[in-house]
Amino acid sequence: MATSTPSSFAAFWTAFRRNRGALLGLWTVLAIVCIAAMAPWLAPYGPTLTDNQVFLTPPAWQSGGSAAHWLGTDAIGRDILSRLMHGARLSLTIGVAVVAISVVLGCALGLAAGYLRGVFDMVVMRCMDVILTLPSLLLAIVIVAILGPGLVNAMLAVAIVVLPHYVRITRAAVLAEAQRDFVTAARLSGAGHLRLMLVEILPNCAAPLIVQASLGLSTAILDAAALGFLGLGAQPPLPEWGTMLADAREFVLRAWWVVTFPGLAILVTVLAFNLLGDGLRDALDPKLKR
Amino acid sequence: MPAAAPMHPFAPLLELADLQVDFPSDQGVLHAVDGLSLQLHAGEVLGIVGESGSGKSVAMMALMGLLSFPAQMRATRMQFAGQDLLHASAAQRRAITGKDMAMIFQDPMSSLNPSFTVAYQLSETLRLHLGMDARAARNHAATLLAQVGIADAASRLDAYPHQLSGGMCQRVMIAMAIACQPQLLIADEPTTALDVTVQAQILELLAQLQRTHGMAMVLISHDMGVVSQVAQRVAVMYAGQVVEVQEAGALFDAPRHPYTQALLQAMPQRSQGAKRLATIPGMVPGVADRPSGCLFAPRCAHAQTACNTPAPIHRDGGSQVRCHFPLHPLGAIA
Amino acid sequence: MWRFVFTRLGLVVPTFFGMTLLAFFLIRLVPGDPIETLAGERGIDAVRHVQLLHAYGLDQPLLTQYGIYIAKVLRGDLGKSIITQAPVMQEFLALFPATVELALCAMLFALLLGIPAGVLAAVKRNSVYDHGLMGAALTGYSMPIFWWGLLLILLFSVQLGWTPVSGRIAVAYFIEPSTGFLLIDSALSDEKGAFLSALGHLVLPTIVLGTNPLAVVARMTRSAMLEVLGEDYVRTARAKGLPPWRVVAIHALRNAMVPVVTVIGLQVGVLFTGAILTETIFSWPGVGKWLIEAIARRDYPVLQGGMLLLGLIVMTVNVLVDLTYGLINPRIRS
Repeated sequence: MATSTPSSFAAFWTAFRRNRGALLGLWTVLAIVCIAAMAPWLAPYGPTLTDNQVFLTPPAWQSGGSAAHWLGTDAIGRDILSRLMHGARLSLTIGVAVVAISVVLGCALGLAAGYLRGVFDMVVMRCMDVILTLPSLLLAIVIVAILGPGLVNAMLAVAIVVLPHYVRITRAAVLAEAQRDFVTAARLSGAGHLRLMLVEILPNCAAPLIVQASLGLSTAILDAAALGFLGLGAQPPLPEWGTMLADAREFVLRAWWVVTFPGLAILVTVLAFNLLGDGLRDALDPKLKR
Repeated sequence: MPAAAPMHPFAPLLELADLQVDFPSDQGVLHAVDGLSLQLHAGEVLGIVGESGSGKSVAMMALMGLLSFPAQMRATRMQFAGQDLLHASAAQRRAITGKDMAMIFQDPMSSLNPSFTVAYQLSETLRLHLGMDARAARNHAATLLAQVGIADAASRLDAYPHQLSGGMCQRVMIAMAIACQPQLLIADEPTTALDVTVQAQILELLAQLQRTHGMAMVLISHDMGVVSQVAQRVAVMYAGQVVEVQEAGALFDAPRHPYTQALLQAMPQRSQGAKRLATIPGMVPGVADRPSGCLFAPRCAHAQTACNTPAPIHRDGGSQVRCHFPLHPLGAIA
Repeated sequence: MWRFVFTRLGLVVPTFFGMTLLAFFLIRLVPGDPIETLAGERGIDAVRHVQLLHAYGLDQPLLTQYGIYIAKVLRGDLGKSIITQAPVMQEFLALFPATVELALCAMLFALLLGIPAGVLAAVKRNSVYDHGLMGAALTGYSMPIFWWGLLLILLFSVQLGWTPVSGRIAVAYFIEPSTGFLLIDSALSDEKGAFLSALGHLVLPTIVLGTNPLAVVARMTRSAMLEVLGEDYVRTARAKGLPPWRVVAIHALRNAMVPVVTVIGLQVGVLFTGAILTETIFSWPGVGKWLIEAIARRDYPVLQGGMLLLGLIVMTVNVLVDLTYGLINPRIRS
């Protein structure tokens, strides 16, 4: 049960493939990853290149637009298409970094709490309760208020906000598995605590962790964008999608494209990751159910 | 062993002809019920025996109209009390279901809604089918509970299912089923999920209610012993087909189908001190390995070359056997 | 039952202390001198520094400071806003009804649309309705609120001119705040058209704030219903001949609502998060907008007090939800 055999992966892939929404999510995610990776070469302009001659140009298909700027330009003449592509790099980096931090930290805390029990467990779980009770954006804002606005601080804040989920999953797995015979057997044969935790127990919560991580990617991108929108996340001129929307409010009347496209990018990306996460959960649940 | 079934000058209460229930799946189509034909007369008790997967429950659920997606059902004939069920509207069928034709299920504790009291669930049937008002329904519910042997019925009315034992839950289920004096009661493994001591009580209750109300009863079980106590006629099912129907006494003394014989031999009560319990080699066919001929042939001790073609059904009155080479020819007195 | 209540209430205590600790340390965690943070000034001279140190009680041991802080919190004293010099609690209470009104409307919107959508999707599983509704739900769940608001303003306020762009009511009206809920106050007042104006201003913010909970409720209802519809007691309900609407709306929904209610309660935290963004977009004069402005102006007492209050409210709602769950679930009640 601790290792997945090739046949169980094949079974998972068959189940996953049948879910059209999940496949759509997967292809979209892959497309976004490609765009992000190739952005420096794909984008027609640099993301911070300003050109006051062409500020607030409409998209190419509207009157006044030109093929030079497919999706138009913003208030200081930066090409929106290029900014969106470079923004993809940012968003994906944010998502992966946030999930990586919270998974590693969350697993460590969860394993330790479930294993050591006692006061340490209680303190950790109460802290997680506090984090969960506080409205997520509010907590993120407070953390950023303490640390100062900026991309890295925003990522840290979001990572802390989503931490409890991973702690809970890991801790529950530890509590469930620690009683089982194979753990006792391993311990009797002299296995150290750390080895026990990593080798025997952790693989058993792999499935829910994977699902939570893929859903967590979308949450991370959304929350980071929200912080950017509020001016607390990535700071201009970074082409983060949320930050691009921060000043957009005043252009609702004059330049709808400045408002629409960055948000659309967020929606499509988040939706793709959610489809992927849902598909993973549906495919993994019956297969690796204990 | 109950008395032999009486002669029937009247038309049968229930007529099923060539019932087919299929479940399409990725691996192929599962023929859960494959050409089932049965007749039941008023006041008669029929037992249906078979292993899991024999289709016995599915057939009765099809009759009650309880099949759900993705089941596909068709039949040549499905008549109950003179009414054609195949061409009846959904509303017409619902008028019979729970009123003239009722069913109880295997797991009584999960078959009752945990969020409503016993009184509520009993009254619901009474108010729907008999048009009683709330007060009358409640009083009648108490009477029903007493009929099914629940002591102190009035205090049980406001209980929730999780507060009752398995046996009591099954009694409540029976009360709900007989509430409108049905002509047919279908009991699907009613005692399987209960303790042995309670099993006997429930069976006795069912037999007694059947006598008192004069209703026809279908008792489904995988346990021959359970069926032998109550049924007048017994039908044996295998892999979705009826392989034998006979009067109970004759079936147990002289089975006609090799499967029936094998089942009887496998009963622990019949081991007669042998060193090992008899078993039937092989497994019930699934979707992928369904034989084209007689379904039992791969496991039959008496199989011959002719058994690779579908077995013919021999009929005589209420009895039938589906076999190329029945152990005793039909029509002959065993 | 009471044991359940007391156990649940007991969990509140550590969470309360955890939140107050976080709030307490907030000021001290901000980079820089806590005195400057609290006073909102820079470059305070040495003499004044000592005065302020004493005035803010920062020269006392940490534990004493915390004890004083807790005592103040329990009295309702959360300090004063640096910018307006008004007590934080007073400002909060003045602005909170606006947020509550918006949140309640959003929740109502989510429930009125979400529950039927989830039920329909479950009953018509795998149909075009199911896929369509769940696709819409997933989109709503993935939607960045701040963009959705901007988009709706673009469409309905700018292009179509149907709804106002910001605020709670047209500037022309002045309503005396008695309940704080503008819908009620304007309905009670004599001003013509005030109620409609207030209602009109609520439409877009409600939709924006309610989209995420709507998606969650719809998905949750669907999955709860699917599970319940497969339960034995639903089969029993059908076997009783109950009409389909009764099976779904009474027998199934009643049990499916249990997990849904829990989810609803837990949406309060999400609603407050969304309110922060929604209020910013629509210039809705509630607590969310107040907090955002506080950050921009470095009004730390407001941030500290606001965070603590919102956290305590969410905590209270969670407790109430848990207790309600205990009431609904008959197993815990008895």
